[in-house]
Amino acid sequence: MAFNYDQYLRLEKMPTLWCWGCGDGVILKAFIRAIAKIGVKQDDVCVVSGIGCSGRFSSYVDFNTVHTTHGRTVAFATGIKLMHPDKIVVCVAGDGDSLAIGGNHTIHGARRNIDITLIIINNFIYGLTNSQTSPTTPQGMWTVTQKVGNIDPTFDACALGIAAGASFVARESMLDPKKLEKIFVKAIEHRGFSFLDILSNCHINLGRKNKMLSAMETLSWIDSITMPVKKYNELPEEERLNLLPTGILKEDTSVREYCDMYQDIIAAQQGKRANITQDDFAKKI
Amino acid sequence: MADTREVISSGNHLAALAAADAGCRFMGGYPITPSSEVIEQMSDLLPARGGACIQMEDEIAAVAATIGAGMAGHRTLTATSGPGISLKAENLGLAQMCEVPLVVINVMRGGPSTGLPTRVSQGDVRQAKNPSHGDYRSITLCAGNLAECYTETVRAFNLADRFMQPVFVLLDETIGHMHGKAVIPTEEAVKAGIVGRKQFTGAPSDYHPYECEPDQPAVLNKMFTGYRYHFTGLHHDRNGFPTEEIETCRKLIQRLEDKVMLHTDELELNEEFMLDDMTGEEGEVLIIAYGSVSLAAKESIRHLRAAGIKAGLFRPLTLWPSPEKSIRKYTDMIKNVLCVELNIRQYTEEVERVSSRLDIQGLYKVNGRPISPHEIVSKVKEVF
Repeated sequence: MAFNYDQYLRLEKMPTLWCWGCGDGVILKAFIRAIAKIGVKQDDVCVVSGIGCSGRFSSYVDFNTVHTTHGRTVAFATGIKLMHPDKIVVCVAGDGDSLAIGGNHTIHGARRNIDITLIIINNFIYGLTNSQTSPTTPQGMWTVTQKVGNIDPTFDACALGIAAGASFVARESMLDPKKLEKIFVKAIEHRGFSFLDILSNCHINLGRKNKMLSAMETLSWIDSITMPVKKYNELPEEERLNLLPTGILKEDTSVREYCDMYQDIIAAQQGKRANITQDDFAKKI
Repeated sequence: MADTREVISSGNHLAALAAADAGCRFMGGYPITPSSEVIEQMSDLLPARGGACIQMEDEIAAVAATIGAGMAGHRTLTATSGPGISLKAENLGLAQMCEVPLVVINVMRGGPSTGLPTRVSQGDVRQAKNPSHGDYRSITLCAGNLAECYTETVRAFNLADRFMQPVFVLLDETIGHMHGKAVIPTEEAVKAGIVGRKQFTGAPSDYHPYECEPDQPAVLNKMFTGYRYHFTGLHHDRNGFPTEEIETCRKLIQRLEDKVMLHTDELELNEEFMLDDMTGEEGEVLIIAYGSVSLAAKESIRHLRAAGIKAGLFRPLTLWPSPEKSIRKYTDMIKNVLCVELNIRQYTEEVERVSSRLDIQGLYKVNGRPISPHEIVSKVKEVF
């Protein structure tokens, strides 16, 4: 039987403001199926979004929802999560949100390893506002702010997430909704900062302005730049250049989660345990 | 006096203690001189009470996390100084738009820009009125002595929940770092006076957080309690969802104005020092000052009176919205008016507006040093 999304959608808000064929809808549906699969109550989930097309995500799903300022999702979510460590807190942010204006919060959320799932909907462009360059826009592509071609080097979001200390890092695209659903389940169930680079298609404001005249061509382009990580790792270095590995790129369950660690501070301040020292940590520097 | 206690402390520490006693359970902060003692103190006080205090990666994140915890339904605090307010401004606007209560302590230092980090100023008074873009009314309190660092912070928490918006508490470097004895209310007395934010208790389907009387704040139920709604900085409808419907947009912004400006009586608090014998006769002097400057002003009034000059002090504790009627009462009666500020005319301009008088005298100092009683006495003798 087909999955019924109605329970999780704010139906009166349909249709969405996303363009026809936009990958954000595919991502939204996969997210809803993941929540249903995990079996958590809608009251126990908070979705925090930023600004841009992805910013509207939070208004379409029937959870506790927050539409914040540009780039600050993880910071707002940190306050919510610290006060409610037992609830599911998910950030939905765009590439501009999480890698440009809000890059600092992305880095430090990952570093703290706080139990927040950050879904970066990465469409390689500032789509809502008419094709300005994003940190993930491939070099050489046309944007309204770089009409002779983008010279800014392209950001590898997952490499950032891994380096910053996120304990779960994965990449998928909207081309495979089943895989998306699976990765969402894993990421949300992972206790720690889950960093997801989810590639989406903006055939309106990226594709058709970059010689991908039909919507399908943008999808084919995403397909051509992605490769499952296992296969990717078998390639010689020089052949990896124009490819983004997909799948789970990092999964470390041994790192302590931030809210759990904060319980140690509470216990120490209440005299229930000794102060925290370097001996509490395996790694001393 | 069972309701009060004597403590020896500093202004910043008293503000932190007040927050904890008033039920604050979350602080997001970032170190900045001269306010850092507030987060240093809260990092002990909050976890000891089961709350959380987190030093965030920047000023913007500090206020964002604080607003997040406030959206979830908790009493929250952030503390900073002028440069920090500049950075927090956008998110403070979001809190105004979403009607999320929080208390923002600003321990003022010399500006603009990095200014004089370790020295006193009252240069953020104008900033506190309108820290970010758009139409809304700021509520700004200003402590004038050690005890008020405590009592004004407590008052700020109750006002934030009453009006559902950020409330500023202005301290300054002098008062924040002042150390001494203060008589403050007991924690029990503070707890007895707490009026928390309103909560809707009916069926979730009947709950419309932003559907309220045109002069009342939103009723925001705590998160994760079965009342699911939406927060957005966009113009929004009765359930918090984005809209551009003409009347809804107009009503929302008008309500943000009216919920404060039609209830200024609940906000006004002034000290009238040696004003009760003023009659309006020739030679009387009205000094208007606030914050730490008022301590020097009071001392100067004692000297002036000893020298035969009948002077008195009007001191607003709520700077914004300004106590229009009370200011006008004295500026209508007394001819010689002197505003004393550690900035250039920031509140004087408000006094001019309220009093419709352009002959208000001023004593201003912007070199990071406090104003002495002697300087005020000299100024009074010089200009009147």
